[in-house]
Amino acid sequence: MSTETTQAAEPEDAQVTLYDVDHPAPVIEPPRARTGKTPKASRTNFEMYGWLFMRLSGIVLVVLVLGHLLIQLVLDGGVSKIGFAFVAGRWASPFWQVWDLAMLWLAMLHGANGLRTVINDYAERDTTRFWLKWLLYAATVFTVLLGTLVIFTFDPNIR
Amino acid sequence: MGTATLEKNDSAGPVDSAENSATHLITVTLRIRRFNPEVSEEAKWEDFTLEIDPKERVLDALHKIKWETDGTLTFRRSCAHGICGSDAMRINGRNRLACKTLIKDINPEKPITVEAIKGLTVLKDLVVDMDPFFQAYRDVMPFLVTTGNEPTRERYQSAEDRERFDDTTKCILCAACTSSCPVFWNDGQYFGPAAIVNAHRFIFDSRDEAGEQRLEILNDRDGVWRCRTTFNCTDACPRGIEVTKAIQEVKRALITRRF
Repeated sequence: MSTETTQAAEPEDAQVTLYDVDHPAPVIEPPRARTGKTPKASRTNFEMYGWLFMRLSGIVLVVLVLGHLLIQLVLDGGVSKIGFAFVAGRWASPFWQVWDLAMLWLAMLHGANGLRTVINDYAERDTTRFWLKWLLYAATVFTVLLGTLVIFTFDPNIR
Repeated sequence: MGTATLEKNDSAGPVDSAENSATHLITVTLRIRRFNPEVSEEAKWEDFTLEIDPKERVLDALHKIKWETDGTLTFRRSCAHGICGSDAMRINGRNRLACKTLIKDINPEKPITVEAIKGLTVLKDLVVDMDPFFQAYRDVMPFLVTTGNEPTRERYQSAEDRERFDDTTKCILCAACTSSCPVFWNDGQYFGPAAIVNAHRFIFDSRDEAGEQRLEILNDRDGVWRCRTTFNCTDACPRGIEVTKAIQEVKRALITRRF
């Protein structure tokens, strides 16, 4: 392999002269290096509360989502029973309204916060980060507000 | 002890030791990631085949190449005995110290890949720019901070209090953990496991009084909360420090404010 590389270099003499001791090639710097000028602590507990929220909402969501799936898909005839009347019947009770509202908010915020960390981890450029997060927050706010509106203003006599 | 080993050798056959040097050598291929900015902007793999005792270390193989085959091969090493932390590199895809990795332990039948640690700028061959790594280390204030007058005698600490942070005192700052962390690969602003380990060493030191300050630094956007507990750092640590556990203990200290 070593002989191969030296042979390959010889015919490309013009290219080799591009880089020498005085004109070294640019090194590949990893994204966002830490330097002495890196901004210091922001002094908020946002990240800590975000981390705690993921753990706590995760535990609650296990109960809410599994319960939801069990009721909707398994018990009492399974999927075939689901229709306008079934949904209308459930949302007549404040218990199921609160259940669905809690599930909507927790699942959306849990998912959004998870995606936020994924974007923070993987988006290299600051502009990419900014726009991806903007899109994420817009989608989250829209879905949460629309869902909340539907749960509270649902009219069983709409037909 | 000495006689016991001698007797064992006798029963195995006295000729063995004489032949040892010749017969125990095996042929090993080292596939090294080379980069020289004065020649090319491209990094490329280069194979070196050499005869070596399988009980030797990867560092010995690198020395053999540098001293006998290709003097341009560049790598860092100082003490060569696993204490100075200079020769962390990615061997067969895992971060290890070249001076603590025996050839026989990493399947010498296949080519052994050796490359620079990830997430830091490669300057030449296996040498990386460690500045961002040490900047994160400096940022957590890795020194004893106290208030009041200096005591005339040593600062007393019970054995139990010392035990609390014993694990994290073992760090040799080789960067094997930080450069194995996928979060650090993608975002060098993250403090990284090594800086958190060294903050842990002082946060849980009963003599130190700046624990709150260090916790506040690590509570930041790029602090401990970015840890995804992938345990890469614990696997990579050549000193066997439970790095991820230390990070989790800092998280717990931040939530409970007890340390």
